[in-house]
Amino acid sequence: MRRTVAALLRKELLIELRSWQSVPGMSLFALTTFVVFHFALNRSSVDGDLAAGILWVTLLFAAILGVNRLFVADAEEGGFDGFLLAPVDRGALLLAKALALLLYLVLLELVAVPAFALLLLGPTLAGTLPSLVGVLALGDLGVAVIGTLVAALAVRTRARDLLGPLLALPLFVPIVIAGARASSPLLAPRGGDPAARWLATLGLYDLLFGLIAYALFDFLLED
Amino acid sequence: MHSSSPSSPAVGSGLRALSIAAAAVMAVALGLVFFYAPLDADQGFLQKIFYLHVPLAIVALCGFVAGGLMAIMYLRTREARWDMRSYVAIHMSLIFAVATLITGSIWARGSWGRWWAWNEPTLVSFLIVFLLYATYQPLRFAIEDPERQARYASVFAITAAAFVPMNFIAVRLSTAYLHPRVLGSTSNLPPRMAFTFVISLLAVALLYATLCSCELAAKRARAQLRTLRRLADARAGAGADAGGQSRRTRSETPPMPAAGTLAAPAPRGGL
Repeated sequence: MRRTVAALLRKELLIELRSWQSVPGMSLFALTTFVVFHFALNRSSVDGDLAAGILWVTLLFAAILGVNRLFVADAEEGGFDGFLLAPVDRGALLLAKALALLLYLVLLELVAVPAFALLLLGPTLAGTLPSLVGVLALGDLGVAVIGTLVAALAVRTRARDLLGPLLALPLFVPIVIAGARASSPLLAPRGGDPAARWLATLGLYDLLFGLIAYALFDFLLED
Repeated sequence: MHSSSPSSPAVGSGLRALSIAAAAVMAVALGLVFFYAPLDADQGFLQKIFYLHVPLAIVALCGFVAGGLMAIMYLRTREARWDMRSYVAIHMSLIFAVATLITGSIWARGSWGRWWAWNEPTLVSFLIVFLLYATYQPLRFAIEDPERQARYASVFAITAAAFVPMNFIAVRLSTAYLHPRVLGSTSNLPPRMAFTFVISLLAVALLYATLCSCELAAKRARAQLRTLRRLADARAGAGADAGGQSRRTRSETPPMPAAGTLAAPAPRGGL
């Protein structure tokens, strides 16, 4: 299992390294969205609830770009067929794709969070950065798992570009609730700590969706 | 694949009893709501919508979860009827969910003066669940292969059914508790209100069951009709061209051709 996941993940990253289809697009999208928010809200700096909302909405929409592309190569270039021919556990594909998406999200945030701090955020992130990284990591886990499941559901339909976001957004709502609530004190002028219950909610949601995705993913890969 | 098994009972058997029961209980429930249940001290007549709104919501959510359970049955057995049941349960629940949102909105307007209240966790959760399930049919009908359609729809139905309780917990956590008092639980209701509520819940549940059976019966009848028609067509095609063909060509002959082409042989539709 571990070797399969490693091989699949390597393939995934190799494709991304050679084509650069996901991460640059996601990062650029996030930067542009910050600019759009600046003009739409007519604010030069934000903090607290508003900052948390902008950050999470931007990251989620950027993530959806990655989700939409996640299985396209497999569906169009015969990746699914190749994988099904191999005598390996199908859960390995879920794990590899989710890990790849998680890595894309981390790379996205490496660009987007500093850019956000530079362009829009009023208060400094100096003291609260470690906590923010923790909250984002918990959110990313959930987004990666849900994104992978939704991408696999949508990719072999006629309207996959439409269905991916439509399916993903309602499922992301609990992540937005918990993630935004947890990060709003971190982005407030006088930084506080995130409430433990939001972190617990995020963690629990990640865990439950991880189990659901693992239980159901096999059924998406039968033909 | 999709036709019902030959041994299945006649389409729609038991439907009449079920519909009569649903109509009767609904009439009793409405009678209780308007003539038996006391007026709410706080909200007066407006509170009557509670007897419609809450049962609709409960039945819709139970229907969503039932759709998920039937989808599990489909994935375990791979029998098309489970997929059909799951589809019908979710379809009907979607309609009930729209009714829930409308009645909830009316209630919110009556009690808070606004059509929508974001600080009302149950209503907000319901909207999110509704938005998720609203993608069920677009997803389903964007897949052509019937077997894959059933499989993917089942995966969606199970995921969404598991999402329902998680979403309610998350949204409830996010809001200061500010729900209409009567909704907390039925235990704090006066007995006459509680009795009326239980009967209303039963009435709405029966209505749901009736509508589901109707849709299932319609789908089964359509499938049987299609099978029969195909059989008849096959028999007509296999029979002597003289006898069997007349019906087929008559139904498939294009409008009268121009005079010059009358001698051309009538086109034969492919089977």
